[in-house]
Amino acid sequence: MSVTAATIRPVIPAQTIAILILLALAFIAVPHLASPYVIEAILLPFLALSLAGLGLNLLTGYAGQVSLGSAAFMAVGAFAAYNFNLRLGLPLPVTLVLAATTAAAVGLVFGLPSLRLRGFYLAVSTLAAQFFVQWALTKFGWFSNNSPSGVIAAPSLAFAGLSFDTREGRYLLSLSIVTLVTFLVHRLVNGPEGVNLIAVRDNETSARVIGIPVLRTKLWAFALSSAIIGLAGVLWAFTYLRTVEPAGFNLDRSFQILFIAIIGGLATIRGAFLGAALIVVFPLLLARLSGFFFDGSIDAGVVKLVERIVLGTVIIAFLIAEPNGLSAMLDRATRRLRSLFGRS
Amino acid sequence: MTSAAFLRTIPAAVLLPEFSAAFDTTLPRAAVPDLALGLEGIELHFGGIRALKDVSLDLRAGEIRAVIGPNGAGKSSLVNVISGLYRPDRGRIVLNGRAFAHVPSQRLPQLGVARTFQNLALFPGLTVAQNIASGWVFRRRFGLLAHLAGLPAARRETRSVDDRVDQVAAFLGLSSHLDRPVATLPYGLQKQVELARALVAEPRLLLLDEPMAGLTATEKAEMTGHIRAVRESLGLAVILIEHDIGVVMDLSDRVAVLDHGSKIADGTPAEVRRDPDVIRAYLGAEAA
Ligand SMILES: Nc1ncnc2c1ncn2[C@@H]1O[C@H](COP(=O)(O)OP(=O)(O)OP(=O)(O)O)[C@@H](O)[C@H]1O
Ligand SMILES: [Mg+2]
Repeated sequence: MSVTAATIRPVIPAQTIAILILLALAFIAVPHLASPYVIEAILLPFLALSLAGLGLNLLTGYAGQVSLGSAAFMAVGAFAAYNFNLRLGLPLPVTLVLAATTAAAVGLVFGLPSLRLRGFYLAVSTLAAQFFVQWALTKFGWFSNNSPSGVIAAPSLAFAGLSFDTREGRYLLSLSIVTLVTFLVHRLVNGPEGVNLIAVRDNETSARVIGIPVLRTKLWAFALSSAIIGLAGVLWAFTYLRTVEPAGFNLDRSFQILFIAIIGGLATIRGAFLGAALIVVFPLLLARLSGFFFDGSIDAGVVKLVERIVLGTVIIAFLIAEPNGLSAMLDRATRRLRSLFGRS
Repeated sequence: MTSAAFLRTIPAAVLLPEFSAAFDTTLPRAAVPDLALGLEGIELHFGGIRALKDVSLDLRAGEIRAVIGPNGAGKSSLVNVISGLYRPDRGRIVLNGRAFAHVPSQRLPQLGVARTFQNLALFPGLTVAQNIASGWVFRRRFGLLAHLAGLPAARRETRSVDDRVDQVAAFLGLSSHLDRPVATLPYGLQKQVELARALVAEPRLLLLDEPMAGLTATEKAEMTGHIRAVRESLGLAVILIEHDIGVVMDLSDRVAVLDHGSKIADGTPAEVRRDPDVIRAYLGAEAA
């Protein structure tokens, strides 16, 4: 009877096989088959946002600490990577690790209030991160290498003689990073530290009296979550947008990532991916639909507004219908399918 | 597995760590090596309420000591003082040969103390096995990075924790439930899981705040058996808070009675049963 491997959702071999097939498709088939549009408009933002959702899920889903500052940590990651690359010219992997470390350090500082504050009050205090980081990045031109507009082009992505600047290259780089981090997070939450995270979330008092290091666990959660979200920021800026600017990392983005984590399913790994898929694909679908029905007859601004209202409504309806998110829905669907096949 | 087998799995060094030189020689007579717990003149206030009034209590190693009293008498407050969740306004707590004005709750397991809560305080998001394993976390030597890197020694540690969880689960008859999310278990079993989580820490002093509350008669009998087995095979000292007088008289070596925050009687079950103050304050209904 294993405590560590057998978790809330034990990894059955069938699931492992499914994941391996999915990875093989993603690494081998997709770069050849996917159209430029699918890679640029869907897969690249999907990967970056999935990673951000995963990072926030570690903090909010597993450790139970609400944060509204995710976009700030994305910004820290992106700008740190930009500056490490610009000023030190380090190899890409080193730049990435340093960017994640910087985001972790900033996350740790803004995680300190969590030692005293809970729930709503903590959420408000993480807003401080959101506003402070955006202010600092805009105020001090040094961060943007004194570019007059504040908008800077992402550097060329190359490592060990390989260039990742092409569309497929950026996709593969993103995918590799997301795969690696997801694997590490999986190992983390299924190991003893995962027990600590959930214990702190579920009952802080009893966690404390049985000797779980509550403060250390919370700070680890903030640091690791911020590191992952920081990496997501690098992907967002370097592989998707190809520009680095503070404006893209605003409060809207923080909420978007929170929605991803909640809609996908808190305290699940695949939830981040399901949530990100919905958040990326849904607006595109809506735009297609509205283009089809109201082509030219309605002002584009109005369409945009309607899209937001529909998306908001869907989120609310969804949360009422399935508070445990897409992940729980998928669980139910597979169970139903299995019982159908089992019967026939 | 039998109780004796369970006992053999626990190294003696863990069960009986030497009482080091930390003895405070100025301590009163209570400072004898077999003292599991000493409370001296504990006072606790909540605003205007005096929840505990000059309460003194001692507990010898291997003794089951019941604390009874009507609702609001201060029983849970007493347990919270011993486990460091409440800071008493006066008095001191002697644990492990050391005197504290305030017990550091996050170091409770290191002091050899484990507890359960009056209302379940499990981790609903974890399985039964994980809930039990959480009681062992404080002994872990390998941290996050060692586990992320998959170091062999860290894996070995994890396996040994799994074994220990298996042993405790077998001891309490929980083996078939280990992989279930704890929240899906019936209430009675959840109470057992909480006891298992406390036992896996290998404490010398166990604080049980109403372990039978809400249990059926069968479950109560089972829990009574477990508590007795724990004391007999592991030699734990137990503070037992319980409303069921039958259970209390049956299980305990000595009984302390609290009423409105004061200790009004203390003695063997037979003595307490005869005490006129106790009959008036608490036992009245049952004695009549
Ligand atoms: N955290 C707290 N804040 C304020 N008052 C408290 C607190 N904890 C306990 N009290 C008060 O202290 C007194 C003793 O409460 P306690 O919970 O210790 O009683 P008890 O003997 O455990 O009762 P029960 O049998 O109902 O569990 C009560 O008057 C209670 O209201
Ligand atoms: Mg009580």
